[in-house]
Amino acid sequence: MHKVPTFSKGGVHPDDKKVFSRLQAIERLPMPGELVVALSQHLGSPAKALKAKGDTVVRGEKIGEASGFISAAVHAPVSGVVKEIRQVTLANSVVCDAVVITPDSEQPPFEDKTVDWTSLSESELVAKIKEMGIVGMGGATFPAHVKLTIPRDKRIDAFVVNGVECEPYLTADYRIMMERADEALQGALICAKATRAPRVIVGVELNKKDAIAHLRSVVEQKGYPIEVVGLKVKYPQGDEKQLLKATLNREIPSGKLPLDVGAVVANIGTCVAIYEAVTQDKALYERVVSVTGECIANPKNVLAPVGTKVSDLLAFCGGFSSDPDKLVSGGPMMGFSFFDTDTPLTKGFSGLLALKGQKKVPTTACLNCGRCVAACPIGLVPAQLYRLIDNGEYAAAMANSLMDCKECGCCAFVCPAHIPLVHGMKTGKKLGRKK
Amino acid sequence: MNTPQLTVSSSPHLHQKSSTASIMYHVSAALAPALLWGVYVFGLRALLVVLVAIAASMLSEYLLGRFSDEFTLWDGSALLTGLLVGLNMSPSVPLFIPAVASAFAIFVAKWTFGGLGANWANPALAGRVFVFFSFTTPMSSFVAPRTLAAAMPDALASATPLGMVKTAISGGSVGLDANALLAQAGYPATDLARSIAQATGFSAYTIDTFIGNVAGCIGEVSALMLLIGGLYLMIRKIITWHIPVVYLASLGLFSWIFGGIPTAQGLFGGSFFASLFTGGLMLGALFMATDFVTSPITRKGQVIYAIGCGFFTFLFRYFGGMPEAVSVSILLMNVITPTIDRFIVPRKFGDTRQQRKLAKERAV
Repeated sequence: MHKVPTFSKGGVHPDDKKVFSRLQAIERLPMPGELVVALSQHLGSPAKALKAKGDTVVRGEKIGEASGFISAAVHAPVSGVVKEIRQVTLANSVVCDAVVITPDSEQPPFEDKTVDWTSLSESELVAKIKEMGIVGMGGATFPAHVKLTIPRDKRIDAFVVNGVECEPYLTADYRIMMERADEALQGALICAKATRAPRVIVGVELNKKDAIAHLRSVVEQKGYPIEVVGLKVKYPQGDEKQLLKATLNREIPSGKLPLDVGAVVANIGTCVAIYEAVTQDKALYERVVSVTGECIANPKNVLAPVGTKVSDLLAFCGGFSSDPDKLVSGGPMMGFSFFDTDTPLTKGFSGLLALKGQKKVPTTACLNCGRCVAACPIGLVPAQLYRLIDNGEYAAAMANSLMDCKECGCCAFVCPAHIPLVHGMKTGKKLGRKK
Repeated sequence: MNTPQLTVSSSPHLHQKSSTASIMYHVSAALAPALLWGVYVFGLRALLVVLVAIAASMLSEYLLGRFSDEFTLWDGSALLTGLLVGLNMSPSVPLFIPAVASAFAIFVAKWTFGGLGANWANPALAGRVFVFFSFTTPMSSFVAPRTLAAAMPDALASATPLGMVKTAISGGSVGLDANALLAQAGYPATDLARSIAQATGFSAYTIDTFIGNVAGCIGEVSALMLLIGGLYLMIRKIITWHIPVVYLASLGLFSWIFGGIPTAQGLFGGSFFASLFTGGLMLGALFMATDFVTSPITRKGQVIYAIGCGFFTFLFRYFGGMPEAVSVSILLMNVITPTIDRFIVPRKFGDTRQQRKLAKERAV
């Protein structure tokens, strides 16, 4: 029998809960009254503001300049007037400056033009992607141009598109695959050209069989040189380390990048953004976000401009059906909980979840049961790391590969003693780095 | 929009539905078949022994909880410890013994080392071993099960089958395996076991020990009932197969290969199955050796630990002075567990043989 590929080490099976928003086609959000465009929406140094209070901006115009190699430009999501520049707190607790824009009542129409990209060279493609402020849209928000710039001494033999969406609840990538498959696949081909990768693979989990079938039919119709691979459902397969193990059977060693094993990974939503950037000169100023969870009245997949406040998204989805205990940006396993409904949408904001809290269970002492060890996809001993961090022995924790922890949450998810293991890891990394 | 009260906490925001207490109660529930069988064959007196053990254990936990920062009576661990202590008692034991064993388990084995999760020895086992060496005679006097009461003279009833075999071997008996020795001593078997034995070719004693028609501790006699409980725990994914299966397999293999030596039958002269259903082995392998706190944290470590348990059980049974030896073997491996955990660590993701080879070549 043919074995369905997945990664081998660790992993967990949370209930996928995608049923809330799975069948909701992507809808465009009506223009909000005010947009708060953060200047630090990516991994790396924040962008520098190019506009001041009172300036007018046009949709797609650059309002924040990348500052350094690992940084990304920020663009105006609407045409309007800069109301002010003020400090905001993002959902992930990052505090940065934001350009607050009051949109004009008349917005320029969306043009329907596309340029042929096949004549552009690798460096031209990467320059375009950089110019348009593309970052990884799966949540990590790593600047795309950095990822696609391959050092001279490295060769890439596969470009892997991440259509796994292994986080429960989220359906944004699923809807993109169902509705914008051709653009996503062309985006992948652009990336493959930019990285000179001869092979393109799309990995999708088998809880999205219709998306796999749809992608395959588009590939066949257009004759794209792309493989679509169905993967056995297991969290955290959407992590690039696990995805490369599942699709190519390659393991990225500690502290290395995908390109060290000859591969580059990008999220499927990023591929659409790259396609739009290259063929339509469209900057990354809007994204699809799943507004879902038990407490949302009408869960939807919303195409919203970057800078939209959470309260506008909630209102568009009918508000709360019952009082939530948590608001989460991103998925429930790795996302950030926050409390301010004025929090703005950023480029990596894949889901807005309103969750009913689970029954509170008291934390007990560690039982040494080993479930965290069995669940860890990296091969760490989370219970032992937590003990070291709890005792303030940060150096010892670092020596035991604390930095390899990617906070996927598998250990805390299974812990019967309900120990906040991920919280401990995050604290340990912060304090361990300081020393 | 009015904002409800929101919780802000670290990810993950989902949790598998399991807790320390639910694990403890599931394990306790999994012991119910063995307890019921024990009460069936040994009478209500057996139930009383178990209840005294549980009461003493929970009372000790309650008292310690009153005087410490945390009140842990309801996490279920004291109930489980008491239940295990009770099941490890002979049905005829004076009632103060289970109480002493439980109190020792909770006060000394568990709380002096810091309570749940910090103890190095399985509390129930420590309690049992403590009273076993303190009150050896009542702890090793047994009564005949109801199913064999008519056929079993008192002299036979006072010892377990393994005890009988041990006595016969130390008496100089040579050339016979365990089952033959039992037959020689006139150990009875039930009619049911005889008829199954005739149909299957197994020894009637093996059948009886599997079902639980033997003298022994309340909870250890029926391998069948313990297996039902153990399977339940595996299906609920509370324990994995590693420790019980490896423990039983390694003991079986050691017994088969070297078990014939004391009776002068040479290598490969022992029996694989004869020792598996007796002497509290199932209780030990499924419910005591699998105790999370005192077994290694990694799967690989657990396998090593289980082989160690099997080896020491074999060694003590065949070459030592103890007929059963399960408790002591597990306790001994409990001591080694921290060492195993220190040296056996999981393979890190990305640390493949290929990578290591590359690193070596670069270093050269």
